[in-house]
Amino acid sequence: MKYTKRTFIYPIFERFWHWSQAALIITLGLTGFEIHGTYRLVGFGNAVSIHNTAAILLLVLVAFTIFWHFATGQWKQYVPTTQKLGAVIRYYAIGIFKHEPHPVRRTRYTKLNPLQKLVYLGFKLLIFPIMATTGLLYMFSNTLGIPISPIAFLHVLGAFLLISFFVTHLYIVLTTGRTPLTHLKPMITGWEALEEDDHAAPQAAPEPSAD
Amino acid sequence: MRSRKKFAGFLIGVGSLLLGLGLVSVVPSSAAAPLVIPVQGVAQGGTADHSQFEILQGPFATGPEVTAACLTCHTRAAQHIMQTTHWTWEQKVNDQLLGKNNVVNNFCIALSSNEPRCTSCHIGYGYKDKTFDFTKETNVDCLVCHDTTGTYKKFPAGAGHPVYEAREFPVGSGKMWNPPDLALVAQNVGKTSRATCGACHFSGGGGDAVKHGDLDTSLINPDRQFDIHMAADGLNFTCATCHNAVDHNIAGGRYVMQAKDTHGVDILGRDDQNRASCESCHGLTPHRTDAKLNEHVARVACETCHIPALARGDQPTKMWWDWSEAGKMNTEGAPFKIKDAEGYDIYDTQKGEFAWERNVVPEYVWFNGEIDHMVIGRQIDPTHPVVINALKGSADDDKARIWPVKAFRARQPYDPNTNLLIIPNLFPNSPEDKEAYWRSYDWIAAASTGMASVNQPFSGEVAFVESVMYWPQTHMVAPKEQALACEACHSTNGRLAALTDFYMPGRLQHEGLNTFGTVLVGVVLLGVIGHGAARLILRKNNKKS
Ligand code: HEM
Repeated sequence: MKYTKRTFIYPIFERFWHWSQAALIITLGLTGFEIHGTYRLVGFGNAVSIHNTAAILLLVLVAFTIFWHFATGQWKQYVPTTQKLGAVIRYYAIGIFKHEPHPVRRTRYTKLNPLQKLVYLGFKLLIFPIMATTGLLYMFSNTLGIPISPIAFLHVLGAFLLISFFVTHLYIVLTTGRTPLTHLKPMITGWEALEEDDHAAPQAAPEPSAD
Repeated sequence: MRSRKKFAGFLIGVGSLLLGLGLVSVVPSSAAAPLVIPVQGVAQGGTADHSQFEILQGPFATGPEVTAACLTCHTRAAQHIMQTTHWTWEQKVNDQLLGKNNVVNNFCIALSSNEPRCTSCHIGYGYKDKTFDFTKETNVDCLVCHDTTGTYKKFPAGAGHPVYEAREFPVGSGKMWNPPDLALVAQNVGKTSRATCGACHFSGGGGDAVKHGDLDTSLINPDRQFDIHMAADGLNFTCATCHNAVDHNIAGGRYVMQAKDTHGVDILGRDDQNRASCESCHGLTPHRTDAKLNEHVARVACETCHIPALARGDQPTKMWWDWSEAGKMNTEGAPFKIKDAEGYDIYDTQKGEFAWERNVVPEYVWFNGEIDHMVIGRQIDPTHPVVINALKGSADDDKARIWPVKAFRARQPYDPNTNLLIIPNLFPNSPEDKEAYWRSYDWIAAASTGMASVNQPFSGEVAFVESVMYWPQTHMVAPKEQALACEACHSTNGRLAALTDFYMPGRLQHEGLNTFGTVLVGVVLLGVIGHGAARLILRKNNKKS
């Protein structure tokens, strides 16, 4: 039988990481496109200072986060799987319009559905490394004596991809819950009401620690 | 469990500490050491009181007589001067023989056949035509540079001499030029000053502020806002503070320029002994708190940000000169002038049409110090504006930096059959000189004698061609508060919009990528909006059914 149970799903570090990363990336995006020349907000010079500072902070944060993922075993959440991947894609393409239930049930052991795993892994292994590498090369281009034109090209390309991800992410988080807060609140409080079977068995990831 | 909790707490603690440190580092440090400004007095003094020297008691009838007296003590001074371009008006650069004797410009065009007028700014006496004796020591004019009384002036049409009896100039203007007291001047010689250098250099092109854009009489007594170095109430530099002389040879110059000084601060005995560059004093990393600005030094001349405008002083500078309009007569059939509201000539029968401007945004060019000058006898392509002095350099050239320039544009006479710029005889050299344009108002006559004076052919036809001459800006350096902000260049349509041969953030370059990105984000946005809308509509339908 099924019932919902208040479950502790996001430990405090994960929430801290999520929100500070969000703030830093929004800051980087806003200042980045000012640097690019898309609009004027805080002035070019200020935009560069803020962008550089936020970038360094983000790198530090990510360094800690990588460590945390390995120290806690949470990295396993991102191991990609094809199981039910087709079902999830079908759900967002068709099922969601027909009020079908989501094909994958979230548990505290599998916080991410197969599509999320793939997208987040892509973010971690593709977009973020591109942004960090091109960003650092950009920062030290004069010292290294390398031309910035191709670096800027990749960096801006990555930024556009990132914005696309961000828009989709916001849409899903804010509109697929019962209310816009349904998926937002757990990332703030750590607790989420999850559907559970009697016989929910521990899977890949270990149990997150409660505070 | 407990240890995990501690671990998470530790991570957060370190993370927020780093966040805090990072934020602190954004706040600009204001605790820079105070700048010590050594206040220099007026450049005067020395150990010899020239008024006590018997040989300087006079009376002196002419300038050369004074020079003879100077040379009795300063026995090698004339020999020094004779080695310099101030004297020779000639300078060999690569394969080009340059110097005022050999180049063409787009102001009064060229020296030859106009000597007595032009040579009122020669450092000698009597350069009235090609027969001038460049070896005669008493032909050197010591006083024009070393006068401290402000009473010694070369007569504008005197081939370098002052007047020895009162004369009117311009003729008919009522402006009288009175002879200086040469003995008084000789007894009061001293170091050069902003006024002595400026006597010629502020009036390039024939009048105050006409030519350079960064040199005019506002520099005789400037304030700090106007020139941070020369400010009478500040550092009080003279020209020679930077344009230092070695054996009367003055550092700096416009035929070869140091577009990028890689020496840094000049150290006695080791460096080039040329202080006429910003780096000579400010070094190669002049910004004390901003590394990013110091990185700019490699590709951007200091002047680009620190001289935000041309003609920042009281006087406007000439920006346009149309010789093709010259020669019109008024209703009485006489030459005339039209002045603007401030009294600057905007039309003159002798010279044509002018435009004056102050606080002009400079143009910007890549410049590596090499200049290709228009010399007498070089053919032009009349289908394009003639570049009188092409400043060399590009983004790919490591020696080049971005420089601010005054681009002076003009229309000037050329021979459409030979494609040679015309050297016109403008100034009537003598009462017999009937061909000079300023007497005959006849371009054919003026071109004939002018071209003959430089042994160049003339077909008998005169046409006009547009030309441009570039004046790299180095003076009138503003205080740092007025330096350009980043956005002046790092913006769409910024000051460097014309320089498209390199990537610079802030100006929306990589157009294809921008289009792709905009479309991508647009599609994603429309996608989620469409997805959401479809869900809403279908949900309503579901409820209804
Ligand atoms: C660790 C990550 C990052 C680093 C190290 C970094 C570093 C930099 C640097 C050094 C610049 C050049 C600033 C200058 O002109 O001096 C820059 C520009 C820019 N950044 Fe980043 N950045 C990072 C992340 C991001 C992110 C996440 C975004 C967008 C969401 C972003 C968007 C941009 C954009 C659009 C530009 C303008 C590029 C141009 O027009 O040339 N950056 N970044």
